[in-house]
Amino acid sequence: MTKAGTAVAESRAPAHGPRLPGRRGVELALIVLAVLLSVYGYCAVGLARSGTVPPGAAGYGAGLGVLALFAHVAVRRRAPYADPLPLPIGVLLNGLGLVLIYRLDLETPGDRAAPAQLVWSTLGVGLFILVVLMLRDHRVLQRYSYVCVVAALVALLLPILFPAVNGARIWIRIGGFSIQPGEFAKVLLAVFFAAYLAANRNALAYTGRRLWRLQFPTGRVLGPIVAIWLLSVCVLVLERDLGTSLLFFGLFVVLLYVATGRTGWIAVGLLLAVLGAVAVGRLEPHVGGRIEDWLHPFATIEAGQGPNQLSQSLFAFAAGGILGTGLGLGHSVLIGFAVKSDFILATAGEELGLAGLAAIFLLYALLAERGYRAGLALREPFGRLLAVGLASILALQVFVIAGGVTGLIPLTGMAMPFLAQGGSSVVTNWAIVALLIRVSDSARSQYDGQEAP
Amino acid sequence: MTEYGGGPTMTRYIRHASAFCALLLTALLVNAARVQVVQAGSYAANPANRRAAIARYQQPRGDILVGGEPVTGSTDTGEQLRYERTYLDGPLYAPVTGHASQLYGTTFLEAAEDGVLSGTDPRLAPLPLWNDVTRGTGAGGDVVTTLDRNAQRAAYDGLRGRKGAVAAIEPATGRVLALVSTPSYDPAELSGNSEATASAWARLGHDPEKPMLNRAVRQTYPPGSTFKVVTAAAALDAGVVGDLDALTRSPDPYRLPGTRTRLTNEGDGCRDASLREAFEWSCNTVFAKLGVDVGVPGMSATAEAFGFNDTGLRIPFAVSPSTFDTRVDRAQLALSSIGQYNTRATPLQMAMVAAAVANGGRLRTPYLVESVVRRGGESLTGDGMRPDRQVMRPSTAARLTELMTDVVREGTGTNAAIRGATVGGKTGTAQHGLGNAGVPYAWFVSWARADHDPEPKVAVAVVVENASADRGEISGGGDAAPIAKDVMRAVLGL
Repeated sequence: MTKAGTAVAESRAPAHGPRLPGRRGVELALIVLAVLLSVYGYCAVGLARSGTVPPGAAGYGAGLGVLALFAHVAVRRRAPYADPLPLPIGVLLNGLGLVLIYRLDLETPGDRAAPAQLVWSTLGVGLFILVVLMLRDHRVLQRYSYVCVVAALVALLLPILFPAVNGARIWIRIGGFSIQPGEFAKVLLAVFFAAYLAANRNALAYTGRRLWRLQFPTGRVLGPIVAIWLLSVCVLVLERDLGTSLLFFGLFVVLLYVATGRTGWIAVGLLLAVLGAVAVGRLEPHVGGRIEDWLHPFATIEAGQGPNQLSQSLFAFAAGGILGTGLGLGHSVLIGFAVKSDFILATAGEELGLAGLAAIFLLYALLAERGYRAGLALREPFGRLLAVGLASILALQVFVIAGGVTGLIPLTGMAMPFLAQGGSSVVTNWAIVALLIRVSDSARSQYDGQEAP
Repeated sequence: MTEYGGGPTMTRYIRHASAFCALLLTALLVNAARVQVVQAGSYAANPANRRAAIARYQQPRGDILVGGEPVTGSTDTGEQLRYERTYLDGPLYAPVTGHASQLYGTTFLEAAEDGVLSGTDPRLAPLPLWNDVTRGTGAGGDVVTTLDRNAQRAAYDGLRGRKGAVAAIEPATGRVLALVSTPSYDPAELSGNSEATASAWARLGHDPEKPMLNRAVRQTYPPGSTFKVVTAAAALDAGVVGDLDALTRSPDPYRLPGTRTRLTNEGDGCRDASLREAFEWSCNTVFAKLGVDVGVPGMSATAEAFGFNDTGLRIPFAVSPSTFDTRVDRAQLALSSIGQYNTRATPLQMAMVAAAVANGGRLRTPYLVESVVRRGGESLTGDGMRPDRQVMRPSTAARLTELMTDVVREGTGTNAAIRGATVGGKTGTAQHGLGNAGVPYAWFVSWARADHDPEPKVAVAVVVENASADRGEISGGGDAAPIAKDVMRAVLGL
C-alpha cells in the first residue's frame, strides 16, 4: 500500500497575492450575539413558564460567554486567519441546545439533563481549544491515518461488550457515565478516508477496468477501503445503529466521488446501499418496523393503540406552524422517550415554528458551506478531502435525523449536532468545528487569489 | 491536468458535493413546510393529538351562576389535563348544567355555552381577533342563568324519590325559573379522565332509570287532559264556543267520527256540558267533539302557535319538539284534541301553554341564559329576553284564565291552591303504553299571581311518571299539583 503521509513532506505553500483580513473582530461580535441570543432564549423559557427570569440566567450566560471567549482567544492566538463563522455558529447551536434541554427538563423534574449537558459542552469547548492550540497544521493528521482507523474500529467494537440500551449497543457505561464511542469514530474515519483517498486517488481514478461506460478500479486498490467500510457497517448493523451506518456510507461515497470524480463509484455505492437496505430490512424486524412507520405514521392511531413517537413528533411540528408557540409553551414532551436527544428538533419546531426551524437549518447549512469553502480554497488533496468530509458529516447527519423526525425518510436514531442531549455527540461536534477552524486557517493564510475562502 | 492540490477537476467535484448537500437541506426545508403549514390543520385535528385537550383544560372553566352564586367550579388536578369540573349540588342542577367531561364531552349549558366557559368565545377577547393574534385563550367567562334557586329546590324536593320533571317559566319574560328532572345524577362523576370516570359513565348509561335523560326538555309525554287548554283556546278563538256557560251539543259517550269506537268519561254529567263544566271536570267527550268541530287547520294552527311541532327551539340548548299530528282523520283529531294519539309534549312545552294563558295570550319564547359575563363581572350580553308572539286572542286568554282558576278553586286541581294568590291550573292523567297498560302519567300545568302582584309571576308544568303503584290512585291533582304548588309558592315568596 502507498505511504499515506507523503503530502506532509511539502512545506507550507508560500502565500502569494493579497493577504486576507483576519476577521477576528467579526468573530467576536458574532460570538457576543450568539451568547445574547442563547441567554434571551433561556430567559424566554423562564418568563413563559413561571413569569420570572430563571435564577440561573446570569450564570448560564456568563458560563457560555466565558467558554466562547476562551475558544475565541485560542483561535485568535493560533489560527488568526480562520473563518470567522464556524465558532459563533457552534456557540449559538450549543447554547440553543442547552436552552431546549433546560426547557424540557422543566417537564421532567425527575430527570434533569441540562447540567450534564453543560459539563459536556465545557469538555467539548475544552477539546476545541486543545485542538486549536496543539494541532498546528492539519496535515499532521495524515501521518496518523492508520492510528485513526484502528481507533475508529476499536471505538465501534467496544460497545458490543456492553449491554444493549433501548435496543442499540452503542453505549459504554462506566459508573453513572455513558459514552457513545461511535460518535468519535465519525471524525476518525473522516481523517482516515481523507488520508487514504488523497494518497491513492490517482490509482483509484485512472486504473482498473472499464465496464460499459463505467470505469471500475482494481481490486488491489479498492480492497482495503471496502473492507474497512464493510467492517464498520457490519459492526453498526450488529449494534443496530442504522443512522450512523447510513452516515458512514454517505461519507464514504461523497469522499470517493470528490477524490476520483468517477460516477462509477456512485453507481457502486448506490448498488451496495440498495442491497444493504433490502437485506437489513428483511433480516431486522426493528428496521422493517421503522420503514412501516415512515410509510404509515398514523397506523398505530388507526389501530387504536395511540400515537407512536413519529406521529407525536409530527404533531409537535404541526403545532408550531409558521411562528411557533414560543419557548416553553409547546407540548413536545408528549413524544416521551428520547425527546431531549433524537427528537430535540421537534421541540424547536413546535416552539420556534417553521421560521425558527429554517433558521436552524440555515445555520447548519452555513457551517457545512464554510467547510466546503475551505475545501475549495485549500490546495492540497488531504486538506480538501478532510474539509469536505467534515462538512459532509454535518450535512448528512442533519439530513438523516431531521428528515427522520419530520417524516421525510425512515427514522433512525441519531443526535442532532450540538442541539441534542448527548455528551459524546457535543464533544465530537466541537472537534469537527476545531478541525474546520484549523483547515480554514490554512486555506485563508495560503490564499493565492484564485478561490476566495 | 494539474496535480497541484487536486486542481480544478477536484474543485468541480467539491462543488457537486456541496450542491448535493444544499439539495438535502432544501428537501428538509420543503418537508418542514409541508408538515408545519400544509398538514398543520389536519395534524392538529387528529383525535390522537392531545394538544387541543391540553389547551382546553389548562385554565379554570368559567362558572354557571344561579341567583348570583356559582353552582359549578374547577379544581386543579395537577395532571396533564389540568382543571377538572366540579359541581355544587350536581344532581339538582344537572338538567341545566349538563356535564363537562374530559372523556365524554359536554351537554346542555356546558355544551351550548362552551365557547364562553372555555374562554374561546371571541366576545370575551379584549380586541377583535385578539385570541388569533396571541394564539391563546383568555379566562373563561361566566354564564348567568335565569333560574330561581328556591323554585329549583322546591321542584327537586317535590319529585324526590319519584320519576318525573318540572319546568317553570316567568310568563311575561320567558325566563326559565326551574328545570328539574328526576332521577338525576352528579355530573362531577364524569368530569375527569380516570377509570372511575369511565365506570361511572358506563353505570349511568346502562341504568334503566336513565338518570342522564333530561325529562324536562328532552322527553315528550302524552299531555292528556292538560292539552284541553290548547283545545279550548282553539275552540274559543275559532268561535266554536261563544259562551263559557252555554250548553255544548255533545253526546256521552261520544262515537269517534267514522268508527265504532265510543269515547267515555271517568265521571258522569258530561253530556252537553258547558265549556266551564267540561273544563272543570275534564270531560273527554266534550273536548274530543270540540276539536273535531274546530277542524284540523284550526287545531294545528293553535297548537303550533303554542310551540308544538317547533323543531328549532333552543334555550340555548335544543328542546325536543313537542308534536301535534297535522295529518289526521276526524277520529284521530278527536283523540289528538284530548292529548292522546300522536300528541306529545315536553314539560317545558306545557309550561309555555300555561304561560301564554297567564300572559294575556302572548307567548315569550323561554330562555335560560340571562347574560354572559367576563371574569371580573363585566357583562358582555344584556337582557336575554326573546321576542314574543300572539298565540290567541286576549279575550280568549282572559276566558281561559277564568276556566283554569275554577279548576283550582273547585275542580280537580284544588291541591294547588295558594293562600294569598290566584292560581289557575289543569290536571291531566295520561294513559300510555300498549292498550294503555302502563302506569299513567300524572300532569299538572298551572300559573299563579300573588294578590299584591299585577301579573302572574310563574307558570309551571309538572309530570310524574310513576306517581303511585296503584293505578286507581294516580292523578294529576293528587300527585303533580302539590309539587306545582310548592314551586309557585317558592317563586311568589308566599
